[in-house]
Amino acid sequence: MKLTLRVWRQKNAGADGAMSTYEVDGISPDMSFLEMLDTLNEELILKGEDPVAFDHDCREGICGACSLVINGDAHGPERTTTCQLHMRSFSDGDTIDIEPWRASAFPVVKDLVVDRSSFDRIIQAGGYVSVPTGAAPEAHATPVPKPDADFAFEHAECIGCGACVAACPNGAAMLFTSAKINHLNVLPQGAPERETRVLDMVAQMDEEGFGGCTLAGECATACPKGIPLMSITSMNKEWLRATRKVAKR
Amino acid sequence: MTSYADYTTGAPVTDTKAPGGPINERWDTRRFEAKLVNPANRRKQTVIVVGTGLAGGSAGATLAEQGYHVVQFCYQDSPRRAHSIAAQGGINAAKNYRNDGDSIHRLFYDTVKGGDFRSRESNVHRLAQISVEIIDQCVAQGVPFAREYGGLLDTRSFGGVQVSRTFYARGQTGQQLLLGAYQALSRQIAAGTIEMHARTEMLDLIVVDGRARGIVARDLVTGKIDTYFADAVVLATGGYGNVFYLSTNAMNSNATAVWRAHRRGAYFANPCFTQIHPTCIPRTGDHQSKLTLMSESLRNDGRIWVPKRKGDDRPPNEIPEDERDYYLERIYPSFGNLVPRDIASRAAKNVCDEGRGVGPGGQGVYLDFADAIARMGREAVEAKYGNLFDMYQRITDEDPYRVPMRIYPAVHYTMGGLWVDYDLQTTVPGLFAIGEANFSDHGANRLGASALMQGLADGYFVLPATINDYLARNPHKDEVDTSHPQVQEVLAETEDRLNLLLSVDGDRTPDSFHRQIGELMWEFCGMARTESGLRKALESLPAIREEFWRRIKVPGTGEEFNQSLEKANRIVDYLELAELMCLDALHRSESCGGHFREESQTADGEAERRDDRFSYAAAWEFTGTGEAPALHKEDLVFEYVHPTQRSYA
Amino acid sequence: MARTVWDSTVGKKTVMAVSGLVMLLYLVAHMIGNLKIYFGAEEFNRYAHWLRTLGEPIMHYEWTLWLVRVVLVVAVVAHAVSAYQLSRRDIKARPSKYVHKKARASYATRTMRWGGIILGLFIVWHILDLTTGTVHTGGFEAGKPYQNVVDTFSTWYGNVIYLVAMLALGLHIRHGFWSAAQTLGAGSRTRDRALKTVANVLALLLTAGFIAVPVGVMTGVVS
Repeated sequence: MKLTLRVWRQKNAGADGAMSTYEVDGISPDMSFLEMLDTLNEELILKGEDPVAFDHDCREGICGACSLVINGDAHGPERTTTCQLHMRSFSDGDTIDIEPWRASAFPVVKDLVVDRSSFDRIIQAGGYVSVPTGAAPEAHATPVPKPDADFAFEHAECIGCGACVAACPNGAAMLFTSAKINHLNVLPQGAPERETRVLDMVAQMDEEGFGGCTLAGECATACPKGIPLMSITSMNKEWLRATRKVAKR
Repeated sequence: MTSYADYTTGAPVTDTKAPGGPINERWDTRRFEAKLVNPANRRKQTVIVVGTGLAGGSAGATLAEQGYHVVQFCYQDSPRRAHSIAAQGGINAAKNYRNDGDSIHRLFYDTVKGGDFRSRESNVHRLAQISVEIIDQCVAQGVPFAREYGGLLDTRSFGGVQVSRTFYARGQTGQQLLLGAYQALSRQIAAGTIEMHARTEMLDLIVVDGRARGIVARDLVTGKIDTYFADAVVLATGGYGNVFYLSTNAMNSNATAVWRAHRRGAYFANPCFTQIHPTCIPRTGDHQSKLTLMSESLRNDGRIWVPKRKGDDRPPNEIPEDERDYYLERIYPSFGNLVPRDIASRAAKNVCDEGRGVGPGGQGVYLDFADAIARMGREAVEAKYGNLFDMYQRITDEDPYRVPMRIYPAVHYTMGGLWVDYDLQTTVPGLFAIGEANFSDHGANRLGASALMQGLADGYFVLPATINDYLARNPHKDEVDTSHPQVQEVLAETEDRLNLLLSVDGDRTPDSFHRQIGELMWEFCGMARTESGLRKALESLPAIREEFWRRIKVPGTGEEFNQSLEKANRIVDYLELAELMCLDALHRSESCGGHFREESQTADGEAERRDDRFSYAAAWEFTGTGEAPALHKEDLVFEYVHPTQRSYA
Repeated sequence: MARTVWDSTVGKKTVMAVSGLVMLLYLVAHMIGNLKIYFGAEEFNRYAHWLRTLGEPIMHYEWTLWLVRVVLVVAVVAHAVSAYQLSRRDIKARPSKYVHKKARASYATRTMRWGGIILGLFIVWHILDLTTGTVHTGGFEAGKPYQNVVDTFSTWYGNVIYLVAMLALGLHIRHGFWSAAQTLGAGSRTRDRALKTVANVLALLLTAGFIAVPVGVMTGVVS
C-alpha cells in the first residue's frame, strides 16, 4: 500500500504546529497503525529528519498510552485503540490525517504527544478507597452482589487514554471521571467515601479546565473499552445525592 | 586479553537474612528481628522507588503510608500505564475457598516444583503465606474480581494446577490490580507523601561510600538530566525480555535501571532464565514491533496440530484428519495439549524447524477449536473465549470460529534479575529490587498467575517490612549532593554517553540494531540453546557493539523530547546484558525450566536437570564492559521439597 | 449547597435541567390554552381573562399570573446564564479545532446553542408583540388577545418568525428533555428508550400544537 500522511508536527509545547505531508510506501495491510508510523520514522531518521513523536507502550490495547486522532476520529475508524488498529482498515492511495488529542486540559508536548496528567490529578482527588496496606478485612467478609460487581468491573475497564476528551466537542472529561466514580461507588468498599469522592473528583475535573457535558455522546462512541454514556447519568445522580447529603451534615 | 567467556569464580554468595527454624515461622521471625524506624523519624528519610507497576506502585504507596518520604519515578506519562497492566490470566492465592485441598504448603510446593528446583525455599514459602493477604488487600481497595452469584469471589484453575486458586477479573486481572495499586499511590501523592516524577527515566545509580544513595534520571520532556538523593533506592523496573526485540513486553520496557545497578556493583542472577510463552499470535512480517499473548487457557479446549507433510501449504480446512499431526497429544498422551509452557513452546519450535510450521514464514502451529465447537457448541466456546477470539480476529483478520488459530511461542517473562537476599536487598547496601526486576521466587520457570502475586507480595508486604531494618541500622547521616565527586562521576558518565550517541551520526537507526540483537538472541539464546550457538552469539555481540558505536544515528538533541535517544540508550545496555545472558546460558550446561540445553536431554528428548552440578543460583559480578565477569554461586538447599525430575509423558 | 451547585459544571447543568423542565411544564399549559383559539374569540378571550383571575379570592387580580411570570423569568435567566457560562467554558476547553473536520453528533445536540439563542430572541419578540404590544402591527388591544393573534399571523414575517422558532423549540426539547433526565440522574439503560420516546412525543406535540395557531389563521379557520 502507498499512503499520503498529513501529520501534526509541533516542536514543543510552546511552539506553533502545523500539518506536514509525508508519503509512505510498501505498507502491509497486516501492519498495525503504529507499525506504519514506525516505518515512516525509520525513513525520517535515515534522512536526518526528526521522527514523529507519539505515545505508545503496550501495543495490546490496555495501557492507554496511544492517542491519535485519525481522520478526525479518536483512535481511528474502528472501535479500538490506535495500537490495535490495522492498516487493512485503509485502502491503497488513501490520504490519512493524524492529529493529537485536542483539549486545553491536554496540552501538546510534542507532535502527537499530549500531557494527560490532569487525569492523574482527578484520580488523586478521590479515585481510591482509603485502605492502608495491612488494614484489610478478610476478602469474603463482605459479599458483593454479582450485578454490582459486574457494574463495577464494566466501569473499571477504563484505560485512561483520553479518547473521550478528544472526541468531545466540549473537551469534557465526564466519561473518564464517571467511570472511576461508578466503579468505586457501587462497591461496599467504596461506600464510606461515596459522597466526598464524587464531589471532589468533579470539582477537580472542573479545576483542570475540562468542558461541561452536553450529552452529545461522542465520548462513548470513541471509547475503546465501551464505557457507556449512561455512566455519566449515574455520576450525575451520585453527585446530586452527595450534594444533598453533605448539605444536611 | 582474556575472552568474555573465561569467567572467574568468586566467593560464594549467601543469603544472610533468612532465619532458620521451621519454614512457616521464618517470615514472622524475620519481621520480629528486623529493626524498626521511629515513626517520627520516618518522614526525614527518603526512599526512591523506580517504576510504578504492581511492585513499585504497591511499595511506593505502602512506604508512604508508613511515613517515609517517597520519591517515585516512571518513564510513562502516568504511573497507571506500567506493563503489569497487560497481565491477563489471574493471581494465585492459597485461600482454599473451594475446599479443594489447597493450602499455603501446596502453593509453596507447586511453585518450587514449577520453578524446577532453582528457587529459594524460604522466599517461596513466604510468597505463599502472603498470597492470602494480597487478595484481602486488593478486595478492600475495590478491585472488581470476578464473583459468583452468592457474591463471593470466583476462582479458576490455571496452568495445569490441580486446585482452583486463581482469582481473576475477566481477562484483565493485571489491569485491575495495577489500578488498585495506582489508586493507593494516587492517594499518597495527593497527601503529599509521594513526590511523583512521571516521564522521567532512571539512567544510572548513585553509589556513595558503598551505599546506594540516589539515581541519575532524565526528564523525558525537557531532556534535563538530574540527580535525586535518598537513604535507600528501590528498583521495581520489571524484566528484560525486550532484549529479544520481539516479546510480549511493552515497547518501552527496558533493562537500563537493573543493568546500570549491576554495573555499579549489584550482582545479576540467573540471567538466562527466560520464559517463552507458547500461545502468542505469530509475527506477520519484518515490520512486526511486538507480540501479543493470548491466555493459555485456550489450550484447555483447543487442539494443537501441524500438517504431517513438510511444506504442505493447503488451507487448514482442506487437510484431512489423517494428514494432521496432533503432536502434543502424540508425544505426551497423558497431558496432551496441557503440558507446561516450556514443553509446549519447545515442541512447537521443533515441528517448525522440521519445516512443518504454518502461516507466513512457517513460524506457527494451528490451535484448532473445530472439535470444541462440535462438542460444546459455538455459544459455549464464545462464552468462554469470546474476548480472546475477538482479539485474535482483530489482529489477524481471520475468524477463529471457522479457521484454526495460528500460534507461536514468544518471550514473555524473565525469571532472572538482580540478586537479592531474603530482605530483597541487592549486593549494594541500600539498593533493593522487587517484582520481576529481582530473581528471587520463580527459579527457572514461573507458574501461570504467579507474577502478579510476587509483584504485590514484594511491594505491599515484604519490602515495607524489610527496608525498615536497613534504614534503622543506617540512620540518615551525611548529606550527599551533586558536588560529591562520586556523584559528579556518575553524572558525567551519563552525559557523555548521551552526547556520544547523539554525535556518532552514522547510518543505522536504533531499531535496526535492536532488531539485530533480538534475532541473534532468539536464535541462539531462545527456546533451545547449544554450546556452539551460544559461543557464536558471544563472538558476534562485541562486533555488533563496535558497529553500534560507529554507525548509530540519533537525530535531534538531548535537550528535548527525543524518543530515538531513549531507544538508543536502552540498546547500549541490551548489548551488554545479552552477552551476560549468553554466558550464563553457556555456563549452565544443564536443562532446567525455561533454560533448555540441547546437550542435556534424556533419551526421549526431555529436559535433563543436573542437580549434582547446578543446584545453585548464579550471581554474576560486573567487571567491565566486555570483560569476563565473576560468578558467585548461591547454593540452594531443599529441606521441604525434594528435587525430582519432571515427567509429563 | 447553592454555592456548590452553581460553581460546578454538573451543578450548572442541573440548574439548566430544572429550569428547562419548569419552562417545559409552562409550555404544555400554554400550548393547550392556545388551542382554545379554535373555539372562537369569545372563549379564547374569556380564557385569557380567567388567567388573570386565577387563584381568586385568595389571590388578588393578576397576582397568580405575575407569580407565574416571575417564576418564568427566573427560569429563563437561570437557563440562559448557565448556558452562556457553560458554553464559554466548553469553547475554552477545546480551543483548537481538528484540521480534519467531521460531521458530529445529532442535529439536535449541535443546534442546542443556536436554537437557544433563537428561542431567547423569539421570547423577547413574542412578549413585545402579544403581551405589551410594543412591536405589534395592526393596533394592539389589551384584553382582546384573539384579534391580536390574528393580526400577528396575518403578516408574513409574523408567521416566519413563529414557525422558525417553533421548529427550534421542537429540536431543543427533543434533546433537552432527554438530556435533562440524564443530568438529573433519571436515565438508565432500561429506561433510555422510554425517555427518548417521551422526548420525541413532547417535541412533536408542542411544535404541532403551537404551529396549529398560525396555520389556523393562514388557512382562514381562525380569523
